[in-house]
Amino acid sequence: MSSPAILPAKGLADRLTGTFWRRPKLLLALLITPPLLWLGVVYLGSLAALLLQSFYSIDEFSGVVKEEFTLKTYAELFRAQNLDIIIRTVVMATAVTLACAVLAFPIAYYAARYAKGPWKAAFYLGVMLPLWSSYLVKVYAWKLILAKEGILGWAAEGTGTSFIIDGILSIPGLEGSSLSTSPFGTFLVFVYIWLPYMILPMQAALERVPNSMLEASADLGATRNQTFRTVILPLALPGVIAGSIFTFSLTLGDYIIPQIVGDSSRFIGLTVYQLQGTAGNTPLAAAFAVVPILIMLVYLSLAKRAGAFDAL
Amino acid sequence: MRSEASWGLKAAALGGLLFLHLPILLIFLYAFTTEERSYAFPPPGLTTEWFAVAWNREDIWPPLWLSLQVAAIATLLAMILGTLAAAAMARASFFGRDQVSLLILLPIALPGVITGMSLRSAFGILDIPFSTWTIVLGHATFCIVIVYNNAIARMRRLSGGIMEASADLGANSFQTFRHVLLPNLGSALLAGGMLAFALSFDEVIVTTFTAGQQSTLPIWMLNELVRPRQRPVTNVVAIVVFAATFVPILIAYYLTRGGSETAGMGK
Repeated sequence: MSSPAILPAKGLADRLTGTFWRRPKLLLALLITPPLLWLGVVYLGSLAALLLQSFYSIDEFSGVVKEEFTLKTYAELFRAQNLDIIIRTVVMATAVTLACAVLAFPIAYYAARYAKGPWKAAFYLGVMLPLWSSYLVKVYAWKLILAKEGILGWAAEGTGTSFIIDGILSIPGLEGSSLSTSPFGTFLVFVYIWLPYMILPMQAALERVPNSMLEASADLGATRNQTFRTVILPLALPGVIAGSIFTFSLTLGDYIIPQIVGDSSRFIGLTVYQLQGTAGNTPLAAAFAVVPILIMLVYLSLAKRAGAFDAL
Repeated sequence: MRSEASWGLKAAALGGLLFLHLPILLIFLYAFTTEERSYAFPPPGLTTEWFAVAWNREDIWPPLWLSLQVAAIATLLAMILGTLAAAAMARASFFGRDQVSLLILLPIALPGVITGMSLRSAFGILDIPFSTWTIVLGHATFCIVIVYNNAIARMRRLSGGIMEASADLGANSFQTFRHVLLPNLGSALLAGGMLAFALSFDEVIVTTFTAGQQSTLPIWMLNELVRPRQRPVTNVVAIVVFAATFVPILIAYYLTRGGSETAGMGK
């Protein structure tokens, strides 16, 4: 007595299996619908609400949000004080991105080309742990470091290098009673917090540079420096740009760091937070939140042209 | 060409790593200082009393409880939705696939302040009052991508053959899922869940927009940073927050190490 080649369907589960087999699109639809619904309704819905809100305006006398379409709120963005905020934020994001690229390169380069075995793992964890560990704790650590009576001031005094800190604090635009109240402090903390986001894509890009190319370059008589400039750097560039997307975008939107370290001059993120909270001007807050989206869209289209997405 | 690295490169690389790690150690040191009014270094004296003080401070426990609750629910939701999305996206190619993957990625690619402000606008327009659930809504949204990244990397590595073998041996879809797919996905899902938990437990940017008057542990910390009182107590809480994110990350790393999909590439 041999059993038939095709077993008879028993129960609902078997019948459903048959249906899924005959109609794979149905299974796909069943799988993708819940996450799509969630992201579509909660996330895209909210983004739409943000856009809608930004076309409302606030009544200057009563402070009540008027739910009528207007471009008045966007026009407010072009007031001198608001333009200042946008420019300050973009300048900060650019400076942070450049500094991150410079600091990240040796780490990424060493990890990609020289570290082997346990060192490779150590470098990987060494970048991954600061990337994931608590954001607020890291910011707080820097408040401790940069405070006037903190470890940096103590070390500078002990080594007689206080003049460096004083020198930085006397540069116009970076003034403050200590590094923790100077825009330079804000910059330092931004660089520290976003540095791992630059290292990882950079390292990934560098790891993809084949050794044979470096050998070919050496065989053709290039010196180490020439190989570095004409072979490694151009091939690593997409990784640098991919990393810069993170550092730039994250700096554009952050509002915790300038609130805790710095001279409390306003950045886009902080302005959004204050406008929707204490000021109660949700429309203007929404319009301000659209600014980083627009800047990032421009940035992403430029990055795409440079081939950065292959490195993500 | 692959000779030894120059001393300059070695020093810069190692210096960079130290730069990433040393600041965090200070948090631990300052939890033991006897000076509560400033951040004086070196600490004038060392004490363990702040741990007892923190334990007895009643304003710390409700935020801690709320944070745990939110992180647990958000992680659970993200694990379900992220796994479903990964299962759909792993093999199939369909119209709009690239758009869907962008949509999954977007909540973490755009700055948190945009996600936060968007949710805040939506709650405002729909007159939804702030509650635990409004926080969960935001957290689950940006945690989906974490689980998704881990699950899809593992699914791509799994050979399709084992599913077909299972079907050939007479298992139906549900049995294949239970006995073949789940055991193979398990550690990747757990790693994704761990990372999602760490991310949610520590999140503050989106949370400030979706919490209203409620206070999660990071919001409590933020308030203490802006208006400090008993500074070392903040350090004690910082150690707790740090541990609550550090331990899951290490576990996630060990669960997925060795594979090409080592956890954490996708934050």
